[in-house]
Amino acid sequence: MGETLKLFGWKVSPYSHRAEVALRLKGVKYEFIHEDLANKSDMLIRYNPILKKIPVLLHGDTPIVESQVIVEYIDEVFDGHPILPKDPYKRAEARFWARFIDEKVRPQVWMSCWTDGETQKSFIAQVKESLAILQGRLEGKKFFGGDSIGLIDIMACSLALWFGVMQEVVGLNLLNEDDYPELCQWGEEYRNAEAVKECLPERELIVGFFAPRKDRIFAKKAPVYD
Amino acid sequence: MAETVKLLGTKGSPYSHRAEVALRLKEVNFEFLHEDLAHKSDMLLRYNPIHKKIPVLVHEEKSIVESLIVVEYVHEAFNGYAILPSDPYERAMARFWARYIDEKVIPAFWMSCWTDGEMQKGFIGQAKEALTILESQLKGKKFFGGDSIGFVDLAAGMVAFWFGILQEVAGISLLNEEDYPVLCRWADDYCSVEAVKESLLDRKLLVAHFASKKEKIFATKAPVYD
Repeated sequence: MGETLKLFGWKVSPYSHRAEVALRLKGVKYEFIHEDLANKSDMLIRYNPILKKIPVLLHGDTPIVESQVIVEYIDEVFDGHPILPKDPYKRAEARFWARFIDEKVRPQVWMSCWTDGETQKSFIAQVKESLAILQGRLEGKKFFGGDSIGLIDIMACSLALWFGVMQEVVGLNLLNEDDYPELCQWGEEYRNAEAVKECLPERELIVGFFAPRKDRIFAKKAPVYD
Repeated sequence: MAETVKLLGTKGSPYSHRAEVALRLKEVNFEFLHEDLAHKSDMLLRYNPIHKKIPVLVHEEKSIVESLIVVEYVHEAFNGYAILPSDPYERAMARFWARYIDEKVIPAFWMSCWTDGEMQKGFIGQAKEALTILESQLKGKKFFGGDSIGFVDLAAGMVAFWFGILQEVAGISLLNEEDYPVLCRWADDYCSVEAVKESLLDRKLLVAHFASKKEKIFATKAPVYD
């Protein structure tokens, strides 16, 4: 199959990173097309008309959207590094943790950064509980996937870099080595993995996005792109 | 011989329904264990300690949770009926639309039922847009899965059966034949499928259940079990 691969993405986005790291783990060639989320391209809107979001993977002429859907597609279409396990029960288990990350951890982490007062305290308590649960899943292994990166590691990527940057910008210190030694160790292993290193954004790029927009993001509780 | 497959669920839950229909499509022998969600069983808490929710599939003493994850597991672990398509792109599309139903269609419809004033108008607008987009995916097919029901049809089970009940109790008419003729026709066809019929509760019972809890649900915007 010689169809071209294009990935519409944005380096600051962990969702975009998920798709990119999956492609790099499989060793497939692709073209990265940078999207300016303040001025979305006609191509992005054509290929993701319903949600108008990145990442979008274009395989030949066929668009696939939503980061986890893209990662599972890449795993199923390309040989090489297995991202999901083969066993149905282990696959279900990986998908469970992926959902836990996207439905509990990520929203709680986000809101703990962009709220204050009692609301923030409540989100911080939720984050602490969720991080402890997630850390427990590591069970002393190098990665959630075992010896090598798997679906859960990819879905948890924001804990390896983005959360650290965001909490620094807002003045929190939730995810730290004292409280979450195994999770922080995992973060370092993840950042240093070959396929990840090649597509991880510089810390400064993420700081450069959040710092100048701090007040507006705080007001909206959502990313602001312009 | 004790059944090796157990499903912890409730007949009133559209999420439990997804898991049950999947098992019936695969003709798996299973034991349905009714949960009283106001008094969760020790078994439920043991098999789903993190979320404490139904459905829970127990297969050879291992538990699988989260309705769509259960459906994918049933598709992969048991032979027979193909719930997901065999083509990776079609599978990615099925996963996308199931996600769209869970993240856009259901929340907007639910909140349309249980809010009022300007807030309700806002949710109704979102629900109408989401239903229009969903309906367009039927594109002349009998089911989202084609000639027979598949992953997206199961994900949309709530639309087919529960939406009519909820809107009747709430006193609104969102999903109606005039505005959504194709979706309403699909709903009738879906509810007529043998595996679906076997898992649905009597409509009158469900209407009575929601009607009796109407004020409490309106106050909390969440399902009420006691």
